[in-house]
Amino acid sequence: MSGPSVELVGVSKRYGEVLAVDDIDLAIDEGEFFSILGPSGCGKTSTLRMIAGFEFPTSGSLRINGMETAKVPANRRNVNMVFQNYALFPHLSVKENVAFGLRVKGMEASVIDQRVAEALAMVQLDAMHQRKPGQLSGGQQQRVALARALVNRPSVLLLDEPLGALDQKLRKEMQFELKRLQREVGITFIYVTHDQEEALTMSDRIAVMNHGRVLQVDDSANLYDRPVTKFVASFIGTSNFLPGRVVGVTDDLAEFEVADVGVIRARPVAPLSEGAMALLMIRPERLRLAAPAHNDNSVEGVVEESVFVGNDVLHMVKLKDGTVFTIRDQNLGPEARTAVKIGDSVLVSWSPAAAMIVSD
Amino acid sequence: MISRFRVLPAYYVFLVVLLYLPLMVLLLFSFNDGTALSFPLRGFTSDWYEGMLANGQLLGAARNSAVVGIGVSTVATVLGTLAAIALVRYKFPGKTLFLMVAVTPLLVPFLILGVALLILFSALDVDRSLLTVGAAHVVVAIPYTVLIVASRLVGFDRNLEEAAYDLGASFPYFLRRVLVPLIAPAMLAAWLVAFTVSFDEFVLASFTIGREPTLPVFIFGQVRFANRFPQVVALASVVMILSLGLVLLAQRLQSAWTRR
Repeated sequence: MSGPSVELVGVSKRYGEVLAVDDIDLAIDEGEFFSILGPSGCGKTSTLRMIAGFEFPTSGSLRINGMETAKVPANRRNVNMVFQNYALFPHLSVKENVAFGLRVKGMEASVIDQRVAEALAMVQLDAMHQRKPGQLSGGQQQRVALARALVNRPSVLLLDEPLGALDQKLRKEMQFELKRLQREVGITFIYVTHDQEEALTMSDRIAVMNHGRVLQVDDSANLYDRPVTKFVASFIGTSNFLPGRVVGVTDDLAEFEVADVGVIRARPVAPLSEGAMALLMIRPERLRLAAPAHNDNSVEGVVEESVFVGNDVLHMVKLKDGTVFTIRDQNLGPEARTAVKIGDSVLVSWSPAAAMIVSD
Repeated sequence: MISRFRVLPAYYVFLVVLLYLPLMVLLLFSFNDGTALSFPLRGFTSDWYEGMLANGQLLGAARNSAVVGIGVSTVATVLGTLAAIALVRYKFPGKTLFLMVAVTPLLVPFLILGVALLILFSALDVDRSLLTVGAAHVVVAIPYTVLIVASRLVGFDRNLEEAAYDLGASFPYFLRRVLVPLIAPAMLAAWLVAFTVSFDEFVLASFTIGREPTLPVFIFGQVRFANRFPQVVALASVVMILSLGLVLLAQRLQSAWTRR
């Protein structure tokens, strides 16, 4: 656990006119399950391909285990990749696929056999070693791809949206399976995905990217509870936003003025200056349709819609400035449900600690 | 609607007859007991086939064609595969031009190509022999091999190449263990087609031939001699069936891959 496993300093990647990765810094610890999360075209795959060695950075420094590797080609890096479409060799059996990397290195046949058997056992595919990839299901191919990479005992395993092609149920299973594997082998995993749930479930830490930049690097809970920008807040989970202006900053609370609504107290996530325009962010489940408790914020609104979705009831409430808040009321049984009708005037309240002031 | 259903089968039968009647006649006369190639047929004989097998000149010409064919198809397959890999896998300036240049020999009339090669060889003071025939055939076989191998490479998953590098492979290792095994059926099909192209080719061969004839050149020389002609018919029947067999085999190989 000494020093970062993979470190990117000021890395940029330009394809002609397009700046795919824009001056990013990342330090990924040894043995960490690290995810890079973002919408398609955000630069996450380019970043992964640079770590794999398929692309070289236009500028910046890339270190793997402390060694400068920015210009080292893929076949001379101690990292392995699991491809989105698995990229198994169709003419080779499962066993030969897994043995490929060891054969390239010219290992002894007996060592190869033993390590391939271990790797296949690890992904529970021992019985399938004679089959060709075309005879396997998507989930099984996925496991072969994992075994083929892990058998080389890389210092870092790269995964490029590996669950994208699987159906929903298998995806869930594989998420836990991947997490288990990662704990078992103790290798650094760098996982690229556009699926926020996948990233939240598995990762120790997540880097959220958009437009080639890293917006925030944090663990799942902090990304959800304390997003720094509007993009992060809306990409991970759902959020309500209220535009306004910072009018006062005290120790850990800021006063935030919203036109037609009033002054609201909330927590700043990043340092704020008075007079700055910003957004108030609050998660739907932190809002209540009830009389405010001591010190709570509360605003008036009109119920526009009320939807029963089983475990929750969603209320859409229009505030005086026109913003519509979504309120997620947990369904605690028929007698405990807040009875509201469309058109009712209500008070929406929340604890000041539940709301964040984020940048746009 | 009804009339279309009647017309189509009739048209199909007509087409098949048109295409295969001459070949059937060839087969028929190869077993006809008589040197005159006219109806009525005289009776069954296998003399012409026996005579063919005893004819040293004829067998020598057949051997020449086989040697040229094997050499040509091997060279054309290697060169065609390399060109196809360059065409499909890499982006480079002048790619479209490169493809056109590689395929154009198919479109130039062989008569003109033959004259051009004749002039070229004499200008360079190259003695005409089976080697010059081979060179001429490579030129016209390459378009076929390029197109056949390229059609297979189009479906080739680029990630396989990256996966091989990711696992530590060099480019030659990737070629040997991944690319060539995957395109091997197409290369074999290309080889068979190139062989057929060379084996049957007459125009280019007649311009570039030396003292040793290839089979088509030999057959053309024999047409003048009425009493030897039935042997040629028998030989033509054998060649036709072998060529047909090779083309069918090549097609099988191609489609066997497509199904996989």
